[in-house]
Amino acid sequence: MKSGSNLEKILRAGHFAFTGELGPPRGSNVEAVREKAKPLIGNVDAVNITDNQTAMVRMSSWAASLIAIEEGLEPNYQMVCRDRNRLAMQSDILGASALGIRNMLCLSGDHQQFGDHPQSKGVFDIDSTQLIGTVKKMRDEGKFLGGADIDEPPKLFIGGAANPFAEPYEWRVHRLAKKIAAGVDFIQTQCIFNMDRMRTWVKQSVDMGLTEKVYILAGVTPMKSVGMARYMQLKVPGMDVPKEIIKRLQGVDKKKVADEGIKIACEQIDEFKEMKGVAGVHLMAIEWEHKVPEIAERANVLPRPTV
Amino acid sequence: MIVAERKPFEEVKNMVKDFRKVLTVGCGTCVAVCLAGGEKEVGVLNSELKIARRMDGDTIETGGVTVERQCDMEFLEELDGIVDGYDAIISMACGAGVQFIAERFPKIPVFPGVNTSFIGVNREVGWYEEKCRACGSCVLGMTAGICPVTMCAKGLFNGPCGGTNKGSCEINDDQPCAWYSIHERLAAQGRLSNILEICPPNDWRNQTPRTIVQPGYKDRLAAFGMK
Repeated sequence: MKSGSNLEKILRAGHFAFTGELGPPRGSNVEAVREKAKPLIGNVDAVNITDNQTAMVRMSSWAASLIAIEEGLEPNYQMVCRDRNRLAMQSDILGASALGIRNMLCLSGDHQQFGDHPQSKGVFDIDSTQLIGTVKKMRDEGKFLGGADIDEPPKLFIGGAANPFAEPYEWRVHRLAKKIAAGVDFIQTQCIFNMDRMRTWVKQSVDMGLTEKVYILAGVTPMKSVGMARYMQLKVPGMDVPKEIIKRLQGVDKKKVADEGIKIACEQIDEFKEMKGVAGVHLMAIEWEHKVPEIAERANVLPRPTV
Repeated sequence: MIVAERKPFEEVKNMVKDFRKVLTVGCGTCVAVCLAGGEKEVGVLNSELKIARRMDGDTIETGGVTVERQCDMEFLEELDGIVDGYDAIISMACGAGVQFIAERFPKIPVFPGVNTSFIGVNREVGWYEEKCRACGSCVLGMTAGICPVTMCAKGLFNGPCGGTNKGSCEINDDQPCAWYSIHERLAAQGRLSNILEICPPNDWRNQTPRTIVQPGYKDRLAAFGMK
């Protein structure tokens, strides 16, 4: 056991993992975190706590992670390369581990230009692959990036992201292979809507033997509305929303669009349960945390196993 | 070359508002080529200053001179007899030239006339693109001659990231994704293996002021007691 996290135990035991997401508030509102946490308790194995997502200032990921722990959730502490240099990253990693955080997701981060402080200096001292390697070195070798010994290495289950839908497509498995070589334990993918491309990417990963070295959690986001689907199709870089999804949402009664969105998500989850090389699902119910119990129920992933 | 942009006139005007005799010094190399701080721009700025002062019911005496390179001691010598009698200097050179002039004439206030923007290339007359951030550890051999530090908005070393948008960068559709281009060029050259290995964290060498003495000159400088 590398970290002893619940997520690690679930995956090692061969269960189909189910993780959720919680975006910290734009303020020090502890109650807001607790409110968002409630519908997730008992319905997910771990919850991603985002780190200044979309480059907007929010309560720090580690702080919101600690509140999640108090609420009985296991956090997956996200860290982006945009806001910290290697000193700050390593000290936050130590702090997170010291206070009981056991999963961590290493990301590049949305560019600061998209957020509410576009004038800021993006740090990008190291990139996400290098961050994975840093956590791995800290945990397994007990050494800092600079080479010095660590007094009690951090215990973290190391996550990374993958986007099977960004061009060049043929590169995507190689990028996954690089993250594995750097030491990633699990991968959460970008929101999947193009199932054909996802099947191809997973098959390539299986054929290259990559899925024996890493747990892949497929990213699923239920569409709340046709507007949301269109926005994701046109405005979110690296997102691939096929026309069929939008047509299907348009094809139902207006009051039933959200329900249709959940139905599509559940069908995807059903397929992922059977897909060789996929070890679980990461549900990104964006600002829709209260719907997670219903989605989990309808996707037949309850009760969550205890290991 | 070093590419610069003329500062907004109001800013320049405000910087020299307390001075009556101002010498504007152009630079005949990079900033002249990129149409920001050469002889012509010196003349334009001085005319603007005079007109503005007159409109404010005041006067200003300006002088204009352009040296070959403000980053070279040899050419700054030409200014030695000229600067006396001026209250202030506006240097139209890049930040290096401004600092070298300020160092040579420490009693006279020196002001920048341009914003130094980047190390770049001349795509077309009047059109310049940034190409290098002078990080000090060049990886262009690995990346097919496309700089990930400069051309990738996130300065990634193991890209392309998941924000690649049909060959464009996520920050702007008009900005090609550096890593997409790197991938394409390496694939065409049959050298994709270059980027399959993990590139380790960069050794940032542009975090402290740097000095370089070329090997053949070390003894010479030591002999003069200069280094």
